[in-house]
Amino acid sequence: MMRFIPLLCLLLAAARVDAENLIAGVFDPPRDAPELSIPGTHGKELKLADYRGKVVILGFGFTSCPDVCPTTLAVLAQAGKKLGELADQLQVVYITVDPQTDTAERMRKYLATFDPTFVGGTGTAEQLEAVRKQYGIIADKKEFGSKYTYAHSSYTYLIDRAGKLRALMPYGHKPDDYVHDVRLLLSER
Amino acid sequence: MPVAILFAVTAWAAFAPIEAASREKVFEIPKGTWARRMSGDPVEILPDHIRLTLGVQDVLLLRNLDDVPQIFGPTLMMPGQSFRLPFASAARYDFACTAHASGQMTIVVDPFPANPWQRLRWRVLNWLEQRAAARPTATSSPENRSEPAAAVEQ
Repeated sequence: MMRFIPLLCLLLAAARVDAENLIAGVFDPPRDAPELSIPGTHGKELKLADYRGKVVILGFGFTSCPDVCPTTLAVLAQAGKKLGELADQLQVVYITVDPQTDTAERMRKYLATFDPTFVGGTGTAEQLEAVRKQYGIIADKKEFGSKYTYAHSSYTYLIDRAGKLRALMPYGHKPDDYVHDVRLLLSER
Repeated sequence: MPVAILFAVTAWAAFAPIEAASREKVFEIPKGTWARRMSGDPVEILPDHIRLTLGVQDVLLLRNLDDVPQIFGPTLMMPGQSFRLPFASAARYDFACTAHASGQMTIVVDPFPANPWQRLRWRVLNWLEQRAAARPTATSSPENRSEPAAAVEQ
């Protein structure tokens, strides 16, 4: 048994080296991704624990977002297609910052225009604020007469199969960058 | 004679290859920062403008050595945690950041200085940046000292 320990250490080290090659910004050491407990667009409580074993890409935005959110979601949809058979091991979770407008049904329809497998999260203003605080996300509401918009954090988080918050992908990356990082995270046992 | 020296320095700045000791530009929140802020001592660690250069110094490395979670640049960091963000494209990255009085942090990633003019420009900017860094640091506004929230808007 003892003779296998060095081999085990070597394998674990190799997995870690791969992780350091992520294109996204990497947290070291990674912390547990704070659990969610908010209504999901899939008709039940949205919990990250339900996606253990998959890589989760977690983003924040709102359905009326004119630029950042549609761009990010389109990129993630393309990344999913490029992953091919591995796509079923990726789960995109998108949480609204706009509880006033984004009902679960509105979120579901919106996300489905990009990819029907995407799952959204909504909730009360208090619930969503608590989630944002745990993830260091801001959403600054800017009102223009009767209209409003949000300046919000535009990056996405990458959560590994074990539920660890591993990396942060800034806005503007291409689908191939996500594919690269998701493949690396999926290669870890 | 001074003209010859000026010429030599300019020629060196334009033609000598550019190297950095590390690809990482490191910023650390020292232990006790939160306590200092709570006692009224304004502390600003991360400048609101950071310049990186592809192929020379193109990785931002943030470390939270304090005892409490901190918003540092674009993200929330736990005590003892580091965040390493490599850049692969030359661009301007604007991060909304409540830790700064301006509410924003900008990272400008310059392309690799491949020709003499670019090397000369890079060295001048680098020199100016080092001079600015040597000056006393600006203080953060009181309302931003303790609020652990930040944002990214690119």
